Amino acid sequence: MASKSKEVLLDPLLNTNPIAVQVLGICSALAVTSKLETAVVMSIALTVVVALSNLSISLIRDYIPSSIRIIVQLTIIASLVIITDQVLKAFVYDVATQLSVFVGLIITNCIVMGRAEAFAMQNEPWPSFVDGVGNGLGYSLILISVGFVRELLGSGAVFGVSVMPLVTEGGWYTPNGLMVLSPAAFFLIGVAIWIMRTINPDLVEEQ
Amino acid sequence: MFEHYLSLLVKATFIENMALAFFLGMCSFLAVSQKVKTAIGLGAAVVFVLTVTCPLNAALYHYVLKEGALIEGVDLSFLNFLTFIGTIAAAVQVVEMALEKFAPALHAALGVFLPLIAVNCAILGASLFMVDRDYYVVDSLFFGFGSGLGFALAIAALAAIREKMRYSDVPPALRGLGITFIVTGLMAIGFMMFGGISL
Repeated sequence: MASKSKEVLLDPLLNTNPIAVQVLGICSALAVTSKLETAVVMSIALTVVVALSNLSISLIRDYIPSSIRIIVQLTIIASLVIITDQVLKAFVYDVATQLSVFVGLIITNCIVMGRAEAFAMQNEPWPSFVDGVGNGLGYSLILISVGFVRELLGSGAVFGVSVMPLVTEGGWYTPNGLMVLSPAAFFLIGVAIWIMRTINPDLVEEQ
Repeated sequence: MFEHYLSLLVKATFIENMALAFFLGMCSFLAVSQKVKTAIGLGAAVVFVLTVTCPLNAALYHYVLKEGALIEGVDLSFLNFLTFIGTIAAAVQVVEMALEKFAPALHAALGVFLPLIAVNCAILGASLFMVDRDYYVVDSLFFGFGSGLGFALAIAALAAIREKMRYSDVPPALRGLGITFIVTGLMAIGFMMFGGISL
């Protein structure tokens, strides 16, 4: 049991990474990564929502008629997101404003629906919870790495603290303007997929 | 007045393109862009659903949920997410039934992605932007239509590029998803040229 939990938890980090392998939840991965701070807050929010939605859906999975399961799942997820949104607004208001609509968009984040449908509907509550945490962490891994690279190269800082002093402030680093712009996220995730598939050739797509 | 709506439409379609500037609706954007024909089908469905749901949600927000709209001093805006997703799910259901009856070929081609429009971030995103930017009902009609059009345009263009790309020699590990990401990035840079237009 312990080894199975471990597998369920660790698999989504690399082998079945939700973003790079299952192609789920890409929208927010791209939009909130221009700074590390927003990326971290978003990762935490999403991990909490996936874990709790998997847990609650798994708890009531035998009582949900299959014809209305989508709407039941959506209602549970939306309620969890409302709570998350209110908590974020109460404790980290600045970041919540920067994330603007993207907290609300966790509802339609395919990871949450995808895991509810693919895992929580067939499994016991505890493995489902672990699966949610695992997928949340897999998402966070990509989000935080992309956020780290973009903030470091785009504005020479990590968490808003200057690491490489900019030329404009008397330092030596000329920031790469592309990294702050949205297309950079596409290139970085493209490269991340490239690296993952070079390491693990099983994932390469057929011609 | 007319100019205001026109600029809203152009802005939503090109400058603030849902897919390429805000990355909304990426999941279906990447998954359904294998063939131009299905891409256009999905694009059309998104245009329709957005044009219906955006003003509907705007009306609900301004007349029921907004602070002090229904009863003085009562703020129901924390119910935004639930209400919007409910409206969207209902609208998608109607579109699906209509397509099944009147265009069965298109319905078969769209397959699983039609119900998934309900969880397409572009649809919910448009409604949330409407609240964020305080658009009224007519504003949001044009905004919804424009956003849908922009999404349809982007997905059709990407599908056309991917059809051509089938004949190119892509490094094995980059094949499929990887190269699609990079192409989308380049398209996003292309769309950034619209950013210079001020309306």
